[in-house]
Amino acid sequence: MDYFKLDIDQLHSALVSGELTAADLTAQTLAGIRTVDPEIEAFLALNPEAEKTAGARDAQGIDANQALSGIPVAIKDNIVTKGLTTTAASKMLANFVPIYDATVVEKLAAAGAINVGKLNMDEFAMGSSTENSAFKVTKNAWDHRRVPGGSSGGSAAAVASGQVLVALGTDTGGSIRQPAAFNGIVGVKPTYGRVSRWGLIAFGSSLDAIGTLSRSVKDSAHVLNVIAGHDDKDATSADQPVPDFTAKIGQSIKGMKIALPEEYLGEGVDPQIAAAIRAAAEQFRALGATVDTVSLPHTKYAVPAYYIIASSEASSNLQRFDGIRYGFRAKDVQNLTDVYVRSRSEGFGPEVKRRIMLGTFSLSAGFYDAYFKKAAQVRTLITDDFNQIFADYDLIMGPTTPTVAFKIGEKVTDPLTMYMNDILTIPVNLAGLPAASIPAGFVDGMPVGLQLIAKHFDEATIYQAADAFEGQNDYLDQIPGGAR
Amino acid sequence: MISKESVAHVAELARLSFSEAELQQYTAQMDDILTMVEKLEAVDTTGVEPTTQSIHLQNVMRADKAVNDTNTEELFKNVPTHKGTLIQVPAIIDKEED
Repeated sequence: MDYFKLDIDQLHSALVSGELTAADLTAQTLAGIRTVDPEIEAFLALNPEAEKTAGARDAQGIDANQALSGIPVAIKDNIVTKGLTTTAASKMLANFVPIYDATVVEKLAAAGAINVGKLNMDEFAMGSSTENSAFKVTKNAWDHRRVPGGSSGGSAAAVASGQVLVALGTDTGGSIRQPAAFNGIVGVKPTYGRVSRWGLIAFGSSLDAIGTLSRSVKDSAHVLNVIAGHDDKDATSADQPVPDFTAKIGQSIKGMKIALPEEYLGEGVDPQIAAAIRAAAEQFRALGATVDTVSLPHTKYAVPAYYIIASSEASSNLQRFDGIRYGFRAKDVQNLTDVYVRSRSEGFGPEVKRRIMLGTFSLSAGFYDAYFKKAAQVRTLITDDFNQIFADYDLIMGPTTPTVAFKIGEKVTDPLTMYMNDILTIPVNLAGLPAASIPAGFVDGMPVGLQLIAKHFDEATIYQAADAFEGQNDYLDQIPGGAR
Repeated sequence: MISKESVAHVAELARLSFSEAELQQYTAQMDDILTMVEKLEAVDTTGVEPTTQSIHLQNVMRADKAVNDTNTEELFKNVPTHKGTLIQVPAIIDKEED
């Protein structure tokens, strides 16, 4: 199965006509994974039930009105899958077998999609390189010496290396968009609350969003169509109508108003990346959109505000890992405090502990006002910046990352440098906005990501512009070489 | 400058323990991160409301109806050690705490 030459629409036609069966497609996909993944190391587990599920799908019949019917998908390992180990890439959950499916997993299954396996990530989604996984180091599809980004690095590398067409990821501060950019694919983080978080292992509850990684723009829209919508099990999921996200794909973007914040091309952004984004702006102009330079003055405060807020929420969310009811329990413990302290100290990796420490500090007596409250106030100002721009514009564009993918081992020992890598993606999470990263060329042979940000619940406009841009370029025809 | 003692206190609150070498390393890293975070002091936030969630949800309510959709037997599959439907844990009070 050559996923570099196919998309969901083509596979769907072949499945509906009977030219291809879901069982064949799944078997070929698994064979592809077994060939490619020993080098890429994107998967943590394959689903032993995948072929059986695909066979059952064939017996039941491919749904002609459901694009994902019979289509193999893969899932980031912080999203729970009933009966299939879900680790969040942590020693803490190395043997954890969920007893229920996340809502997104349930919805994909109901649509007839076939879950082929679980994907590597930074432990508990904390990181920007997937090097914080307790289990393996995933490689960038374009250069195996480089990181795939993170935290959804396994999802991005699996798609970019042609193992699956689409994968689910999660994005708390850029964890879908940054790896998508690093691997030259499409990553979409929907509006906060657009997709149910039920069954997502929580990191930063006011920031976390489940989204898609795919090669093509339309394939992402197909998946979002299935996973979006209100869920009674997630009180923070939004009770908003869900449009057909493919509806505006193919429509002209003539007259669309796009803003390009000067801060997104400023200090710290590789000049060659800035040049690629300016060239993208010219392409949008040629397609009939207007692109104006604007200012988001509080951008530089997003990283500090985010690390306080996300770490505070994480320190609270991760209290549940206490060694008692499930997860890792330390051996030879003498008393209850020992169970907590030793299970947590031995079960969590260094970056997770760092975030728990920062969060606990920020919420502790005497520091709450100066840290957590201050960060939450700055979050308001960052959101206000966006609101002002969106009063006059349909979209905001900019780079997804300040640099292309860095080398494995290059930044992992320096947390602060790693954090600054997220400067362009974090503001979106603080404001809860939908955003995508789409391929926008290459610098030194490595992919560059173009970020498109829209108003709350206006993913459809992102898809419209992203598809128009995709149609102007041949990035989909470029296939990663990888081993150099 | 955060002190090693403060970091040790935070570790205790977070139910984490560190070796002496780890404590030194975490103190230095926390100090770097907090120095970065202190940039926020430059922002005037007088009268600015804090944001704790971004899509303007308010008091989401649901019917107060009991549901029982978790099977107890399944739930115990992930418990490290148990006797029937009771979770086994080490003694809560050890001799040193008498």
